[in-house]
Amino acid sequence: MIRLLRSAARRMAGLVSVVVFLLLWEVAARVFHVRAIMLPLPGQVMLELASEWSWYAGHAAYTLMTTLAGFALAVAGGVAIAIMLVGSRWFERFIYPLIVALNSVPKVAIAPLFVIWMGTGAEPKIAIAFLIAVFAIIVDTVHGLRSVPQDVLDLGRVLKGSRRDFFFKVRLPSALPSILAGMKVSISLALVGAIVGEFVSSQRGLGYVIMSAQGTFDTVRVFAAIFVLALMGMVLFALLVWLERRSTPWLRHHREDG
Amino acid sequence: MTPWAVSARDVRKRYPGAAGVEALASVTVDVPQGRFVSILGPSGCGKSTFLRCVAGLETLSSGELQVAGVPVDGPPQGMGMVFQRDALLEWRNVRRNILLPIEFAGKPVAAYEGKVRELLALSGLTKFSESYPRELSGGMRQRAAICRALVDDPQLLLMDEPFGALDALTRDQMNVELQRIWMETRNTVLFVTHGIAEAVFLGDVVMVFSPRPGRILETIDIDLPRPRPLALRETPAFGEYVRHIRGMFQQMGLIDEGARAASPVERAR
Repeated sequence: MIRLLRSAARRMAGLVSVVVFLLLWEVAARVFHVRAIMLPLPGQVMLELASEWSWYAGHAAYTLMTTLAGFALAVAGGVAIAIMLVGSRWFERFIYPLIVALNSVPKVAIAPLFVIWMGTGAEPKIAIAFLIAVFAIIVDTVHGLRSVPQDVLDLGRVLKGSRRDFFFKVRLPSALPSILAGMKVSISLALVGAIVGEFVSSQRGLGYVIMSAQGTFDTVRVFAAIFVLALMGMVLFALLVWLERRSTPWLRHHREDG
Repeated sequence: MTPWAVSARDVRKRYPGAAGVEALASVTVDVPQGRFVSILGPSGCGKSTFLRCVAGLETLSSGELQVAGVPVDGPPQGMGMVFQRDALLEWRNVRRNILLPIEFAGKPVAAYEGKVRELLALSGLTKFSESYPRELSGGMRQRAAICRALVDDPQLLLMDEPFGALDALTRDQMNVELQRIWMETRNTVLFVTHGIAEAVFLGDVVMVFSPRPGRILETIDIDLPRPRPLALRETPAFGEYVRHIRGMFQQMGLIDEGARAASPVERAR
């Protein structure tokens, strides 16, 4: 019972901080008479969200869709590329430097290109989300696939299994914790990518809401969209933490109740 | 005539590279079937290298090496191996870890569930069949690794300092249990260790290796009845074997009591 309360308290701690932060903001903005066009009150933002929630939900769903599509492609593509990098010396020698070079190009800078190539639909947003998110997956998966201890590599040779058996029963599962760590970084990056795509050109999505509201100095609307984005980011991250625990039950997850 | 379990003729191993470390200098030995052979030597003397050659994990620089009459070219059939660290797969429970060799050999797993239960019972792990390795102590993990090495009834069991990472008490316990398990299975065992008492306690034979480059200095038959209880280690007969081997180590300059006794500062610490 006490443990349950304690874990509930720990869970609430984050929420308490957020509420206190919003309250301080509300009070400070009122006391110092900050103009709503510079910094609206949290209350105003909430009201805006409440009165037009279905409109916001529609745009949020669009952004969520492009984020998840980009993320899914990044996971599938990133893991596949990492497997090839680890499996083939040729691939590592010639392709890896290319990937590193491509990654050092700021993706935001090439976002306009994608509009030229793919038009103004969902495709360029998904592509940018993929591009920003994929590198974290590649790096962490390569690290995980290479982290099989020497003893276990020897065991694999002694047992004389097929390459396929060794890969699926030893190498891939031992890389799974690293892959999940990469996914946690990558989901936030995919969201960034989706928004960047919507900034460049869009008629839908929370990025579009922010850009168009900024054009009319509707700061309340800008903040409302940012609130929804923050919430979305947190929920996506929490989902991945949950997935991590579900799929790696053999690991000691330190904050078991948090 | 049944072939030797392991037969080595002038086996040499030199690691490639500019330094060209010579790990083994001419090892020749014949091991009959069903013997427990302790391979004893100081750290870095090449005894593990020899074991890895038998396991087919290292290639010879020269010489001949046969397991059950077949020249070694890659890991031989019918061999189990226990590593210094247990090499258990963290994401598999104990039972599924033990079944790994069966899966890799492409044999029907269901047919071996009974064998697994038998091994778990023999090593006192029955209650932990569904536990993950991280939930076990070091000794229990190593016992699970031994079960894994035994599940496919190997003719030859190779053990590379399997208890090196365990504390002294657990190590004693493991020695007793390994002896009991082996008396059931009676396969040929090559057991690498740098513990003199452990080597004498477990072995039918102790092969003493010289410092690098390793070769066999002496092969000592241990003529003590089994099952050997831990208390056997306090008997004069046991002490005589240990004293003899320690004398060899002293002659090699590996044990040097003189220097330490001469330094009162060292002693005062």
